[in-house]
Amino acid sequence: MSSAAITDTVSPAGVNWHSDEMKARRKARYAADRRLQIYGIIAITFALGFLAILVGSLSFTGYKAFTQTVATVEIVLSTAKVDPANIGEADWRGIVRGALRGLVPDMKRSEERKFFEMFTSSAPFLVRDAVVADPSKLTGKSSFAIPMADPVDQLAKAGISRDVPENQRRINDKQIGIYDQLVANGVISTPFNWGLFFNADSRFPELAGLAGAISGSFWSLLVCFLISFPIGIAAAIYLEEFAPKNRITDLIEVNINNLAAVPSVVFGLLGLAVFLGWMGLPRSAPLVGGLVLALMTLPTLIIVTRVSLKSVPSSIREAALGVGASKHEMIFHHILPLAMPTVMTGAIISLARALGETAPLLLIGMNAFITSPPEGVFAASTALPTQIYIWADSPERGFVSRTSAAILVLLAFLVLMNGIAIFLRQRFERRW
Amino acid sequence: MNIMSEAAVEKALDKKMSTVNFKMVGKDVSVYYGEKRALFDVNLNVRKNTVTALIGPSGCGKSTFLRTLNRMNDTIEGCRVVGKITLDTDDIYDPTVDVVELRARVGMVFQKPNPFPKSIYENIAYGPRIHGLARHKADMDEIVENSLQKAGLWNEVKDRLQEPGTGLSGGQQQRLCIARAVAVSPEVILMDEPCSALDPIATAKVEELIHELRSNFTIVIVTHSMQQAARVSQRTAMFHLGNLVEENETDKMFTNPDDQRTQDYIMGRFG
Ligand SMILES: Nc1ncnc2c1ncn2[C@@H]1O[C@H](COP(=O)(O)OP(=O)(O)OP(=O)(O)O)[C@@H](O)[C@H]1O
Ligand SMILES: [Mg+2]
Repeated sequence: MSSAAITDTVSPAGVNWHSDEMKARRKARYAADRRLQIYGIIAITFALGFLAILVGSLSFTGYKAFTQTVATVEIVLSTAKVDPANIGEADWRGIVRGALRGLVPDMKRSEERKFFEMFTSSAPFLVRDAVVADPSKLTGKSSFAIPMADPVDQLAKAGISRDVPENQRRINDKQIGIYDQLVANGVISTPFNWGLFFNADSRFPELAGLAGAISGSFWSLLVCFLISFPIGIAAAIYLEEFAPKNRITDLIEVNINNLAAVPSVVFGLLGLAVFLGWMGLPRSAPLVGGLVLALMTLPTLIIVTRVSLKSVPSSIREAALGVGASKHEMIFHHILPLAMPTVMTGAIISLARALGETAPLLLIGMNAFITSPPEGVFAASTALPTQIYIWADSPERGFVSRTSAAILVLLAFLVLMNGIAIFLRQRFERRW
Repeated sequence: MNIMSEAAVEKALDKKMSTVNFKMVGKDVSVYYGEKRALFDVNLNVRKNTVTALIGPSGCGKSTFLRTLNRMNDTIEGCRVVGKITLDTDDIYDPTVDVVELRARVGMVFQKPNPFPKSIYENIAYGPRIHGLARHKADMDEIVENSLQKAGLWNEVKDRLQEPGTGLSGGQQQRLCIARAVAVSPEVILMDEPCSALDPIATAKVEELIHELRSNFTIVIVTHSMQQAARVSQRTAMFHLGNLVEENETDKMFTNPDDQRTQDYIMGRFG
């Protein structure tokens, strides 16, 4: 445009860029830009708002589960009471009760039953296991942290109100009195609840933890990854690079796209029928869970891999073929390495989705009540989402906060996995 | 239309040796993209240690013909080649032909510089490595240095061999691609508009390079620039609408072409 056009004149082509009509037109176009931006900001605000509400409410109910009320009890042991060669056979119940009695010396015999109920009923086993783990405790005085039973824990965390009439709460006035006395004596404390991560499931909320669910999820995802990753990549490479374009491959393509949209519960039914019913694999096993999740993630993984293979510029293919690379060399030396960051991102995001998947795991029995972490892919186990499902169904007050806490743990794992995906994408992204 | 009569070509083939030294011989080459026919019975011979320029208006089939020479067209869905093309005496479309070997013997440089997103060293070393041309690291180092020397790039990159090839300038990238093609020791190098993305200085370097490569290699180059064809080639072939119009000595082509269409094109009357 000539400098004359800057003043209010008509340009050589006969267009007057400074006419009111032109100005109004441009103004409308800028306004459209701004509108689009505002819509975007509103949408993001909404999304973030809901996320904040979700995490906020979960944290509000769940934070209590991250601490556990415990009593620190001193127990004097000797080889006379416990046979070092046979630690498990000793009268642990008697030993622990004796030590607990020592906390409240003036206790009446008739009140003892209610008093012992204030501590977790597994206290003898906890002490026994601690001694087995560290036999040096066999002689002399050592202190043990004994979790309080759920009602006491609730009382400590203000989950049970003292104002409620006695017959409507699970802890009576006498027990409250003892509790206050224990607090005054400095016996009670509320440390971080490591048991939430290192204990397996239990009927008693104070002992219930996610160790079984976390390792169940870990094994399932491992199986899922080991199966879906190689198969998905191989299938994608074949379809994208080798398969002839004909009716059959079209049909396969359509079916893969459809499979990606099939509700996950259907894969659960399939797993139930095929893996449990027909192949006779064990129920509730992470192996079966992983297989089902692999079926579910395969279509997505194939689609992601194909897209990323396709997005490698054809100039790279030509460069490789041009120096005499064979097709498999072209794919494995050039195309796949370039596509890999995207493939990995896709794989991790599909795994994250598989981690949160509940319905198919319920169908193959991964919602069983199992009190020890699985020792491998064949042992019965739960998974994080099914554990949440089980706890959400449990009546004890303690499980309410544990359910929220478990959801927070699951979310933390999801965020972690997506974080890894983003990291991989940024770290290995190639420009050409 | 052709410099040699069909009969002469036949005869040359029969004797498995020609009086004029033909490196590649194309006989009645037609190419179809699906239903669409892009080349019509092209008879074009490529002489040994000669630079042959392919010229002609856009869409006339220069690239298509060039890509038939190392079967790069195989990678295009629905592309079909009929006719016969020989490299020395081997029919390159024979079903028993090993394309990998063919492409090692007939290298290619593309219009857009396309180095691998790897180090400069690795760009050159890749071809020799897959073909097993170097037994030891020292051999490979030598191949890399030689190729870069031949491509006139050695002095510019010798201190940064481990840096990515994609970090070079466009002209350097193109010379890297030429070095990459040279590293495999091909007999023929095909170049599809190798200078179209380069500035005049980089173009001059590449042209100089083509000049030097001629003593060792047979070169076929597609170009849109008449000046370039005149500068670098000894023989020129003119295509029009999928037909080979004329193939001749470059000097004759630009001064006194046999075909009116060549004259028109060179004069800039169409294209
Ligand atoms: N992959 C393809 N699929 C279908 N048709 C194609 C394909 N490649 C080329 N063609 C057609 O074949 C004809 C010749 O194309 P070609 O690329 O050989 O022309 P060209 O002479 O190299 O042109 P330019 O100088 O513009 O590069 C054109 O009509 C083109 O449309
Ligand atoms: Mg072309």
